[in-house]
Amino acid sequence: MKKELLPSLLLTIVCILFFSGVYTLIVWGIVQMAPNKGEGFVVTANGKTYYENIAQKFTADKYFWSRPSAVDYNAAGSGGSNKGPNNTDYLADVQKRIDTFMVHNPGTKKSDIPSDLITASGSGLDPDISVQGALVQVSRIAKVRAIPAETVKNLVEQHIDKPLAGLFGPEKINVLKLNIALDAITTK
Amino acid sequence: MNTEIIGIIVMFVATLLLAIPLGKYIAKVYSGDRLWTDAVLNPVEKLFFRLSRIDPGREMNWKQHMTALLTINLVWFLWAMFCLTNQSWLPWNPDHNASQTPDLAFNTAVSFLVNCNLQDYSGETGASYFTQVFALMFLQFVSAATGMAAAAIVFNALRDRTTEKLGNFYNYFLKSMTRILLPICIVVAALHAFHGTPMTFKGIDTVISMQGDTMHVSRGPVAGFVAIKHLGTNGGGFYGANSAHPLENPDYFTNMLQMIIQILIPFAMVFAMGIYLRKKRLAWVFWGVMTVGFLCLVIPTISAEISGNPNIAHMGISQPGGNMEGKEVRFGSYASALWSIATTVISTGSVNGMHDSFMPISGMNMLLGMMVNSFYGGVGVGFLNFFIYVMLAVFMGGLMVGRTPEFLGKKVEAKEMKIAMVVALLHPFLILAFTAVSSHLTAHDTNMGWWFTDAAGKHNASGWLNNPSYHGFSEMLYQYTSCSANNGSGFEGLADNNPFWNITAGIVLLFSRFLPIIGPVAIAGLLAQKKFIPESSGTLKVDTGTFGLLVFAVKVIIAALAFFPALALGPIAEYFSK
Repeated sequence: MKKELLPSLLLTIVCILFFSGVYTLIVWGIVQMAPNKGEGFVVTANGKTYYENIAQKFTADKYFWSRPSAVDYNAAGSGGSNKGPNNTDYLADVQKRIDTFMVHNPGTKKSDIPSDLITASGSGLDPDISVQGALVQVSRIAKVRAIPAETVKNLVEQHIDKPLAGLFGPEKINVLKLNIALDAITTK
Repeated sequence: MNTEIIGIIVMFVATLLLAIPLGKYIAKVYSGDRLWTDAVLNPVEKLFFRLSRIDPGREMNWKQHMTALLTINLVWFLWAMFCLTNQSWLPWNPDHNASQTPDLAFNTAVSFLVNCNLQDYSGETGASYFTQVFALMFLQFVSAATGMAAAAIVFNALRDRTTEKLGNFYNYFLKSMTRILLPICIVVAALHAFHGTPMTFKGIDTVISMQGDTMHVSRGPVAGFVAIKHLGTNGGGFYGANSAHPLENPDYFTNMLQMIIQILIPFAMVFAMGIYLRKKRLAWVFWGVMTVGFLCLVIPTISAEISGNPNIAHMGISQPGGNMEGKEVRFGSYASALWSIATTVISTGSVNGMHDSFMPISGMNMLLGMMVNSFYGGVGVGFLNFFIYVMLAVFMGGLMVGRTPEFLGKKVEAKEMKIAMVVALLHPFLILAFTAVSSHLTAHDTNMGWWFTDAAGKHNASGWLNNPSYHGFSEMLYQYTSCSANNGSGFEGLADNNPFWNITAGIVLLFSRFLPIIGPVAIAGLLAQKKFIPESSGTLKVDTGTFGLLVFAVKVIIAALAFFPALALGPIAEYFSK
């Protein structure tokens, strides 16, 4: 043990300098060529800058809503609800979300509400909703904004992110980008 | 076929296609053959050894190997403890995060040291950038390399010769880092940054949302961290939500990449063994056994997740995306279900969905993955765990057909079997004993005093559960299973940042890491000293499907006998009680 102590200590110092220090610098150097220099993707609209991949809290009827968040969309403290599928408190929360949705979207068939709109995401910051999750909100938004439902529906369809390379993974819609586009057509 | 199914099939096949050439490369690294990476890395390694006063050519026997391994691990533990308990005044702390309490620091240091990454803290608030880079990411590199070095010692010992000399620990260790982990990490980290993962030293950013709310967005040097987190099957997230976080895992491409690189080395180590020992057929038999086990767990899990939660269906809601609680839309239920099993059969423990909210059958399969802990298994150590089961199968097979138990030309005798049995039984013992203690405390709602305080300031033991009934029991069972498997995922509802959970989990982690490394290395070291007996007609053939079946049966029998009662009280009871 004694014999190995000095080499262990020295090798540790060398490895900290190289694998924590030099490796981090190499990656940081490469990343200076990446979009926004590795500070996260952003979108700019009306002079304001937003993080493209971080969900925002949308409660107004005139906007498409993001998925529920167990951490109230706190991007400095991510997390999920961690509730089990049979937990009665949890199921009561889900029922409450359905009721709220029905109040704001009267006349919606319950079977048209996809589960992603009434369940909390894993990170609490999920920037996306499913295509059905956007379509089911179309008539509310059209009414509030006094524009034809067809226009809103077209906008939704233009904002569908196709699967990776058209082959892998689900379709989805980035709520933030959709809402920015929505504001853009109604202020025109 | 739907794009989500294609996505997961391609992830698996791509991993296999990459693992075969990587396995060849790894075998060459450990044999010391000439490599195309020599030109750049030979001088670097020489310099490191000179600075550390190490002669990489000094051959060690298995005991010297273990002394070196344990000594250097002790140094790392002390370094991590120092960083964690002093991060508030150390540099690179733009978000002004506090130092960790001693019990939390002990848990964090141990769990990163042993390749588990349990994380009773949240990255955004619990660790400074200095800690993330110089303590946690450092341990992610070295703990992975420790496991790989241990596997390399076993490979060396199983060669067809009689010897005590099994190579040099520092040489295996450093080459695992420079030749295998580092180059792949650089590529993976860069790809992440180009897909939106931050790699910056700037602290929290404040932006105003479209509705006018003030938002604080945590950033940090994430891309470099995520690469080694997966390649080294560590699994500790930069952020609290781990790979469910949209900055840590921004899109389906990064998700595929993270999935592939976390299984890559566990696959490749099996093929490396085949080439190193010139037993390619044996490697495929081992890989086949692992894959059958993996598929038995992953298929029912995918099926449970895409079918959704029956309680929500009952409310009249459609679930085209499956059970979406705790999942992210950009991955979908197929990819999250695949991930949940991949991350538990290998010892990564990263998550891209919250396991606590998965269906009961999925929870059971995750637990089984960790209970067996060698359907692939973690980098290096997965092979060691598998080796223990092989020893048991060789012995039982030998007894059944009335032949002397032999493995690769070496007689397996009582001493080796005793070690193998101790290692095999340690895992269920740690899990069940500690779960029993915590369940007892919960059932009696014991006043824990200093050991536990909940958010309301109460000391009642039941306060650490986030879910009632069977699922609550599963939360505790999962925690200790995850520790003993050095996995690191959790049913994160459990309130685990308190002295009781920090300390008991830390103890389980220490035992379950080092004994399962020392055991297999000792067995291999003992076998290496024995006389080599060339294969004859009396030898039990190990590179056959029959032997593979035997290994599989041994695993199933041990796991079923040890764990079925506990599973019946947790996920199985939950499944039938909906």
